[in-house]
Amino acid sequence: MIRYGMVIDTQLCIGCGDCVVACKTENKLPAGLNRDWVVEATRGRYPDLTTEFRSERCNHCSHATCVHTCPTGASHLWKDTNIVLVDAAKCTGCKACIAACPYDARLIMTPDGYIDKCTFCHHRVEKGEDPACVSSCPTHCMHFGILDEPSSAVSRLLASRQQKVLLDETGNQPNVYYLI
Amino acid sequence: MLEELLVTVRSNPKIDPSLGVWSWEIPVYLFMGGMTAGIMLFASLMVLLAREEEFPFVARKLPLWAPIALSVGMLFLFLDLSHKLYVWRFYTSFQPSSPMSWGSWILILVYPVSILLAACTLRQGYPWLGRLVDRFAIGTAILDFSCRHRAVVAQWGLVLAVFLGFYTGILLSAFSARPFWNTGFLAPLFLVSGMSAAAALVLLGTRNEHERHTFTRIDIVLITVKLALIALLLVNLATGSGVQIEASQMVFGGEFAIPFWVFFIIPGVMLPLILEYWELKGRRRAWMFISPVLALYGGYMLRHLTVDLGQTSSYLNYVNAFDPALLDLLR
Ligand code: SF4
Ligand code: SF4
Repeated sequence: MIRYGMVIDTQLCIGCGDCVVACKTENKLPAGLNRDWVVEATRGRYPDLTTEFRSERCNHCSHATCVHTCPTGASHLWKDTNIVLVDAAKCTGCKACIAACPYDARLIMTPDGYIDKCTFCHHRVEKGEDPACVSSCPTHCMHFGILDEPSSAVSRLLASRQQKVLLDETGNQPNVYYLI
Repeated sequence: MLEELLVTVRSNPKIDPSLGVWSWEIPVYLFMGGMTAGIMLFASLMVLLAREEEFPFVARKLPLWAPIALSVGMLFLFLDLSHKLYVWRFYTSFQPSSPMSWGSWILILVYPVSILLAACTLRQGYPWLGRLVDRFAIGTAILDFSCRHRAVVAQWGLVLAVFLGFYTGILLSAFSARPFWNTGFLAPLFLVSGMSAAAALVLLGTRNEHERHTFTRIDIVLITVKLALIALLLVNLATGSGVQIEASQMVFGGEFAIPFWVFFIIPGVMLPLILEYWELKGRRRAWMFISPVLALYGGYMLRHLTVDLGQTSSYLNYVNAFDPALLDLLR
């Protein structure tokens, strides 16, 4: 299996939200729906505060609880990768996958009612391009690539910098990394 | 201190600001499913233990309510789907890792068994319905078939009832992402609660003093076990991981404390328990129909609150200051 991942440098992210706009434009999302979002995390006590900006989305987990819980196979892995997609023609809208995602990364498509989510822009990945959010970032804080390939930019960054993933304790084995 | 603030818009309907994908339809489905399990369990036991004369209502009238309750439950499950036209997709694959997939296939087995279990009782239990069915050759054939294979049907009924009852709980407890649901106590709790709902139906329907007395005693035991399981569930959560501890605290303070204690535990569990105990002691006969009604109410509330609590409990704690009404200004 090819394991794609994202590495996002929280030291560079300024929380501008361009990734969010790029995703909405690229994937033509209806008003009010978002596949990615930016979180500002403030830690400490005044005046000793630190702030971190994080661009978040589906983590395309190696242990994808959403896929395991889907009763119809609508939630599935794209080709032989960890990219989690939803096949609208198989989705009943039972919403089990939404409840199964600890990151609340899924959404109900309006007005149709099937479930939608970040696709890592697999239509671009297929052509060798980066996902729209990664391409649009003005600070170049986001990187995309194959995690198990030691020479890839994402692997080299992970080898050289301190990092974390979100909600490691859920056991979902997320594949979006944050450099800290 | 850690404050995590959403700085871009996130207002995905039913997911933000807090998860609410399932409202009352799924609790109704779980309640009806549990009640079906309870009915089939009692009805099958009467056949297998050869107690049909002793418990006329359970043996002859109750079984028909299993397919009815199941149909109502499945209707509400259907109503909850947000992509309804694709409902048939449940039956184009079997996903062994998905409790919901197991559930859909279990229902396919439960349905005919619940009908066969009821079929043999129709002529005696609901003579007018029996006569109606007997007007059709196929109807007579089904009734005769179900009576010929009474014991086998009851054996299947017993096993499937336990599966169905457990399934209604496992459906929720399998969601590791929702701390309040992630406890093994939900499955036995929902099974016992389903049995208690079926016992309440018996108390509402029977005219037989011996049957009423026995099922009052059965229901007292079931409600007591239910209470113990609720306590164990809370202890289990309160001694679990950080997010589970937080989840358990929701019933002791905050927005769920009053619904949980004032609208569920007291009227839906404690009161029927006390009333049924009084009935056993021969007091308050005029109240008799109130305790089973309260027990049924408690059964529904258990599902409703569990579904709500599970969705509210989360690993995330983002502050979402966005007001969706602002979107309209942009349109
Ligand atoms: S983040 Fe959520 S939606 Fe994405 S793969 Fe993991 S569990 Fe599934
Ligand atoms: S809502 Fe659709 S994708 Fe999600 S679990 Fe149900 S069928 Fe699968």
